[in-house]
Amino acid sequence: MTSSDPLRPSDHIDGDDSITQPRLGLIGWLRWGWRQLTSMRTAIILLLVLAIAAIPGSIFPQRMADPNGVTQWEADNPDLFPVLDAMNMFDVYLSPWFSAIYLLLFISLVGCVIPRIKHHLKALRARPPRTPARLGRLEDHREVTRDTADADAEAARSIDVAQKQLKALGYRVERYDKGRTYSVSAERGYWRETGNLVFHLALVGVLLVVGIGGSFAYTGQRVVVEGQTFVNTLLDYESMNRGRFVSDDALSPYAMTLDSFDVTYQQYGSAASGQAGDFSANVSVRENGETREDSVRVNHPLGVAGDKIYLLGNGYAPTITVRNADGDVVYSNSVPFLPQDTNLTSLGVIKVTDGMPEQLGIAAFFYPSAAKLETGAFASAHGDLLAPLLTLDVYEGDLGIDEGTPRSVYVLDTEELTKLTGRTTDVDSIELAPGETADLPNGLGTVTFEDESPAGATDYRESVKRFVSLQIHHDDSAVWVLVFALLALAGLMLALFVPRRRMWVKATSSDGAVNLEYAGLARGEDPTLAAAVDDLVAGHARLLDAPRRTSPSEKTRK
Amino acid sequence: MPDLDSLSILFVWTAIAIYAAAFVAYAFDLARRSEVTADARLARETALVGAGGVAGVPGAPDAADDAASAEPAKPRYVMARIGTTLTGLAFVFHLAATVLRGIAAERVPWANLYEFAMIGTLLVVFVYLLVLTRIDLRFLGTFITGLIVVLMGSAALSFYVGVVPLMDPLKSVWLVIHVFVASLGTAFFALTAALSALQLMQHRRERRIAEEAEKPGPAFLSTLPGSERLEGLAFRFAIVGFILWTFTLIAGSIWAQDAWGRYWGFDVKETWTFIIWVLFAGYIHARATRGWRGSRSAWLAIIGFTAVIFNFTIVNVFFKGLHAYSGLS
Ligand code: HEM
Repeated sequence: MTSSDPLRPSDHIDGDDSITQPRLGLIGWLRWGWRQLTSMRTAIILLLVLAIAAIPGSIFPQRMADPNGVTQWEADNPDLFPVLDAMNMFDVYLSPWFSAIYLLLFISLVGCVIPRIKHHLKALRARPPRTPARLGRLEDHREVTRDTADADAEAARSIDVAQKQLKALGYRVERYDKGRTYSVSAERGYWRETGNLVFHLALVGVLLVVGIGGSFAYTGQRVVVEGQTFVNTLLDYESMNRGRFVSDDALSPYAMTLDSFDVTYQQYGSAASGQAGDFSANVSVRENGETREDSVRVNHPLGVAGDKIYLLGNGYAPTITVRNADGDVVYSNSVPFLPQDTNLTSLGVIKVTDGMPEQLGIAAFFYPSAAKLETGAFASAHGDLLAPLLTLDVYEGDLGIDEGTPRSVYVLDTEELTKLTGRTTDVDSIELAPGETADLPNGLGTVTFEDESPAGATDYRESVKRFVSLQIHHDDSAVWVLVFALLALAGLMLALFVPRRRMWVKATSSDGAVNLEYAGLARGEDPTLAAAVDDLVAGHARLLDAPRRTSPSEKTRK
Repeated sequence: MPDLDSLSILFVWTAIAIYAAAFVAYAFDLARRSEVTADARLARETALVGAGGVAGVPGAPDAADDAASAEPAKPRYVMARIGTTLTGLAFVFHLAATVLRGIAAERVPWANLYEFAMIGTLLVVFVYLLVLTRIDLRFLGTFITGLIVVLMGSAALSFYVGVVPLMDPLKSVWLVIHVFVASLGTAFFALTAALSALQLMQHRRERRIAEEAEKPGPAFLSTLPGSERLEGLAFRFAIVGFILWTFTLIAGSIWAQDAWGRYWGFDVKETWTFIIWVLFAGYIHARATRGWRGSRSAWLAIIGFTAVIFNFTIVNVFFKGLHAYSGLS
């Protein structure tokens, strides 16, 4: 190996295999171990192990991507779950064993790349190596003899020409003349190694930025009903995940009102009838004392103060008013109902904590386009508000809110409650269309399903408010991940497509003739070398045969 | 107005039928190559005993017939030519079917599993035909057309869905870019895998010849390039595929950032795309490593492509994840 060769681990195809035995002593063994870790073989094994280790995460639901799936899996396989969970099968990509694999891989990578960088920096300054004495030994070798009167001068001239030619082709050139033998040595393709190093380093960059960036990122969720305003403070989030270094006052102050939510439905009878799309949450954002109108759509997150706001879901939020026996309003709210199917059959919970003899819980179903099934149960036939219907089952008792245990607003724990309407009682469930009011059982009062239609509406289409669930995400590192990823891509293309090769042209003069030799040597993968040598020979002959031109401009004249 | 989608389906089946015919022609070609080499051996042996010349042997390579060929002894592979012509014809129908589907749907024709299969196979054939203009890879014809017939046929039978409007997350320029580049990468990986498989066969044969075994292997192999040349070709396709795949990963992450609010979340499809990327990175290293270059690296390429097919079929249909765009329910 000469100094301008790229440095490779010793088990590389071009590597030198001389030192494989560990020398005695602790240092010797450590060296040997380090060489093993930074060898190509280890890199391959670790890559393959990484590929295999990633598989279980695609088979078992992962907490980070699909927490509900994990709960479901646990319910389906109660015996197996603890075993697999102990093996981190539901957090594969955060598990110690997965981390160990990629950390080892990256240690190996860094250990492999650092000596190569040093070496490459030196190579970048090195001159092309001396012309080998016997070019004929190289595989890609051509020989041409030209008759001429003044052989020595012609030999020198032909190498001058070759030198210019190679330089124009992007080679670094060096003359090695000796006696009556003239030669030029040329090398090109340093970008190949540069690209390779950039690629590997950029991968390290991606890993570091992802690792560090997470500590400064936060992601919160919030449900907003039409007409409501969301204020960007920790208190106003339903849930919030934040990195270690996100302080309490890191959130930028802004407020956002959901003015309306648009959605279009495929018509009945068309292909994909009922499919919803073109979602658009139309909002007004107040920031720094200014208000602007904008929208949050799928694939088009809204940027506000460095945050990105995403539309994750949507549904109906029926407005329900409950009055007690005296006619006082004890509850009035637009309640987000969780969609259960694509036609937005939705489930909601209403908790009336005060103003009644006992606390009331209401479990409600909402059907935007109600249709009665043969069994007598309802279902929704379409996602739009064609025939909205609310059915309510009323429970009475202790809602368990006061004990201090956190309760989801979407779940009604009926264990401590007495059911007053619906199945298993002798009172039918309450059924309401928008604008209707019904009596609660036992003379408790009334419940109203408010009609939110604007004045003069002729159908139900705007009778029920909608809600959106938003995700507010802040991650300044994402752009750096992209930068490093693109750097890796660029480095990869250089590393794989730039040919690295050496070329030599040698002229030996004898009586009345010049013997020209051309040879090429590939440094690494170079399928086009032979053609390149042929081109060099042909180009050189053309240049030598061309009448000695005075200036380049002459050549281009027609 | 004619129903463009029905016309598209008709063209798909026409294309499948012609690909199948091409497959038969290519298969005959391989069989015929076996004969030619057997004849050539016979001729050589006869020549050796001095009782006749090569010229008189039917089926022996005849240089004059193939003016375009640089090597004088290169035989004319008539059946291979027929196979290629048929493949080209089928490609035209295939392309027309894809374009019609796009017009019928008023969008790019790669937005559900059926369409992914159509565009993916189309690109495999396209890359194959394109490469043929520069390198004679017709010996891959049987593999390519066989693969295409199986993939297109099963997609048309079991993945077909009618034209429906796009779901919101798919309405993005990244649908155009990400999916197309992924399909193109798949095409290059398919050629890599095919060449690697032949490389393994050729390698085995070369070893057996060196051992002077009685039957070194299928005779058609002797008309193919040597295992090292096959490996070199496979590698060239692999690196193009790998770069396209890297781009697919990046483009997919950008899209995920817009559509799902995070650039990476180990969704099943993301995971498998990553696995494939790592496998081919392993392949590229293997090819540069003593003890791994040659057959071992060839196996890695084949495993990598198997993972591509797995990702495309099993993962799309049976695994649960965000990439729920197969259109099947
Ligand atoms: C995250 C892990 C790694 C990935 C994804 C990766 C990927 C790649 C890719 C795609 C190439 C081909 C590009 C080129 O030829 O320049 C390559 C080449 C190379 N890698 Fe890595 N690599 C990784 C780790 C390593 C490690 C740990 C080593 C050191 C043992 C290493 C040493 C090399 C060498 C020497 C080459 C050049 C091969 C040649 O001469 O053709 N890589 N790597």
